[in-house]
Amino acid sequence: MTARSIRGVAATATAAVLVAGAATACSAPGGSGGAAGDSLVVGLANEPDTLSPLLGYGKDGNSKIFDGLLRRDADMRLRPALAAELPAVTDDGRTYTYRLRKGVTFSDGKPFSAADVVFTYRTILDEKTNNAAKGELEAIDQVSADGDDTVVFRLKYPYAPFAERTVLPVVPEHAAKGQDVNTGSFNTAPIGTGPYILTGWSKGEKLTFKANPGYWGGRPKVEKLTMAIIKDDDVRATRLRSGDLDGAILPPNLAKGFKGDSSKVTLTARTTDFRGVTLPTAGKVTGDPAVRRALDLAVDRKAMVDKLLDGAGRAGHGPVPTDSEWFAKGTERPHDLDKAKQLLDEAGWKPGDDGIRSKDGQRATFTLWSPAGDKLRQEHALAFASDAKKAGIKVEVQSGTWEVIEPRMKDDAVLAGGGNPADPDFDLYNLLHSSLALDGFNNMAAYRNADVDKALEEGRRSGDKDARKAAYDKVQRGLAEDPGYTFLTHVDHLYVMKDGWKDLTTQVEPHDHGLGAGPWWNVEAWQPKK
Amino acid sequence: MTARTTVPWGPMARMAGRRLLAAVPVLAVVTFGVFAVAAASPFDPAKAYAGSSGLGAGQEVLAQLRENLGADRPFTARWWDWLTAALHGDLGRSASLRQPVAQAIAERIGWSALLCGVAFALAVILGTALGVLAGRRRGGRFDRAVTSLSYVLEAAPPFWLGLLAIWFFALRLGALPAGGLTDTGSDTITAGQVASHLVLPAAVLAVTQLPWFVLYVRQGVGDALTEDPVRGARARGLRERTVLLGHALRSGLLPVLTLVGSRVPELITGALLVETVFSWPGIASATVEAATSVDFPLLAALTVLATAAVLAGNLLSDLLYGLADPRVGFDG
Repeated sequence: MTARSIRGVAATATAAVLVAGAATACSAPGGSGGAAGDSLVVGLANEPDTLSPLLGYGKDGNSKIFDGLLRRDADMRLRPALAAELPAVTDDGRTYTYRLRKGVTFSDGKPFSAADVVFTYRTILDEKTNNAAKGELEAIDQVSADGDDTVVFRLKYPYAPFAERTVLPVVPEHAAKGQDVNTGSFNTAPIGTGPYILTGWSKGEKLTFKANPGYWGGRPKVEKLTMAIIKDDDVRATRLRSGDLDGAILPPNLAKGFKGDSSKVTLTARTTDFRGVTLPTAGKVTGDPAVRRALDLAVDRKAMVDKLLDGAGRAGHGPVPTDSEWFAKGTERPHDLDKAKQLLDEAGWKPGDDGIRSKDGQRATFTLWSPAGDKLRQEHALAFASDAKKAGIKVEVQSGTWEVIEPRMKDDAVLAGGGNPADPDFDLYNLLHSSLALDGFNNMAAYRNADVDKALEEGRRSGDKDARKAAYDKVQRGLAEDPGYTFLTHVDHLYVMKDGWKDLTTQVEPHDHGLGAGPWWNVEAWQPKK
Repeated sequence: MTARTTVPWGPMARMAGRRLLAAVPVLAVVTFGVFAVAAASPFDPAKAYAGSSGLGAGQEVLAQLRENLGADRPFTARWWDWLTAALHGDLGRSASLRQPVAQAIAERIGWSALLCGVAFALAVILGTALGVLAGRRRGGRFDRAVTSLSYVLEAAPPFWLGLLAIWFFALRLGALPAGGLTDTGSDTITAGQVASHLVLPAAVLAVTQLPWFVLYVRQGVGDALTEDPVRGARARGLRERTVLLGHALRSGLLPVLTLVGSRVPELITGALLVETVFSWPGIASATVEAATSVDFPLLAALTVLATAAVLAGNLLSDLLYGLADPRVGFDG
């Protein structure tokens, strides 16, 4: 395990390491806005349902109000936060021991201790707690405090990526206990150890925060933080342009409108946010390996990136993006329509009079569902269908809500999306392992491949990074040979910011990006430009 | 207009009382209906609750959630539980908003009521004024302009008007804030801030309601101007102003008073859209959330509110009708 390699790096030091180059260069000097840089107003598309980590808020870190035991830096490496150092992993990867940082207090002045950590994890795992993401902590067998400053997790099985889950925010037992965890006041008036203190939450309008003067990582320079909830993309762009907002997330076509504005910078966040088509294993057409491989070659990923994403994205060859250290080099699939046709010919899929192939009386046609209201997925679905048609496979694109789609997932394809950047296990295991076939929205294609299963298990159990890399290489090569999903693109997230702070960066972002994603992931470490 | 007889408070109060009694079974039936429709809807409360993180949730977690949310119980039992608790003053807890229903509504309803109230008043006053002016000379240039504009506005969806208003007033002119209750960067809620932020959403909502009032008043006044009482008044040599406001408007307003009651549902749906566009912290987001996540207690409470608003609107229009036209009385 990598734990040994990194020890107590001061929180502020990491911020200084951040590479300024990540921001697409926009050379104009800032300062035209007039604000001194000590307040920040950003526009988000989605509002959190709750601010209680016990119900899932901030589970992937950057929760502002809280800290996890660990946190991630700009390069997505784990760093200690409420823990004093990275955890010691013993017992063949089954026991994780965290020594806690001393002298940390919650914003109400009460001290933080191991009991709070134990309370947090136990409450989340309690069956009466309505936390939909609790499956992410499924590996935990028990969590216990050893004195005031040590927490020990015992796992049911060796689980290499477990430390990635402990960025989960820790809540104070004294404040959250004794009320209904599902609807109590802690959901709207939380208290934490984090760099910011919630000052108000006007639902549907905005969340406001002030800097926590006693923050253990140093008092943030941005004193006041406001997150405005603006669902409509156009309105968000308008309010950014009018100066009401300092920054906002925008779709590529609207972000383009700020290109000429010298007081703004556009930041492109790389993501693991993929779009792909599930190819149900039970389907007569979609389950045929030749059809799967042909589709994989027939799709023009580059054209999708250029046309559907306005260039803000990359071709996707699997859940792991091509620029990830976990990506298996050489598994990129070219766009090769002739090869696709040849594969289908060889497998006995012969074109009929209308150009659609068939084999033994089975026409090469299937239905592809695209979730209603998601324009981007709809466009991907149509592009996929048009590429498939060129190879002689007819794809009928239909649109419906998830309630309509779910019962049909066994036989029909779905335009799926997802992606968590923290560890390859999170996406690959859930998408590909046969034990999770059609379990909720996991492994929607019912993918079943014994070699891949084995490699996935190796990957999550092995504590050695090289062994894990080899295992995930095997998974990705297995997927390339038997592509039970046609992965299409990875979607970049674009943020337009007032140019008033130094060295803004973005992390690699997940599919579900809450208020912790975006350049303000580390707003507590920002320095105003002079 | 001037020499008015005294207001018949007694009959009016009796009518309000009767309506109140009649509202009780109506509300009970409506909530039962809402529970039935929600139970029959394809939405899965557990998945809706889980939201996007539910896409990673396994069957086991979803099953547990379903049990905790009580989603597997028959809706009749849930309705009865809700009703008996509500009668004791406990509106229940909203799973989707993660807070008690009473709190969820209390912190939103005021802002929605403010928005709707101002917009409605604006629509009635402005609609009446424009309608009278247009109806005075039907077929004239002003009438044709107002009428065609009314038809255009009637066809325009509120969210589209909202976006247009933001684009023009907030972006082009920079005159008014584009959304929110106060300046986004400001923490305290002051009357001045709220007033300036209220202008655009209230105006847009009013404009979406305006055409109905304009067209009804125009029709009513126009028709009344050709009737005998007006002719008689003119023959008696009364001033045109008196004829128009005292005679034509008074009888022309009668259909408008009915409209006041029937426009309330439309006003509420319009408000939902306008609130969303302008990030107005009212009940809109809660309503959408309640419906799509099949959050029974919240849904029921919001339905009761909406139904009450509609019933109150009807009562108001009947009271006004009785006042304006004594022949009708307060027997309904």
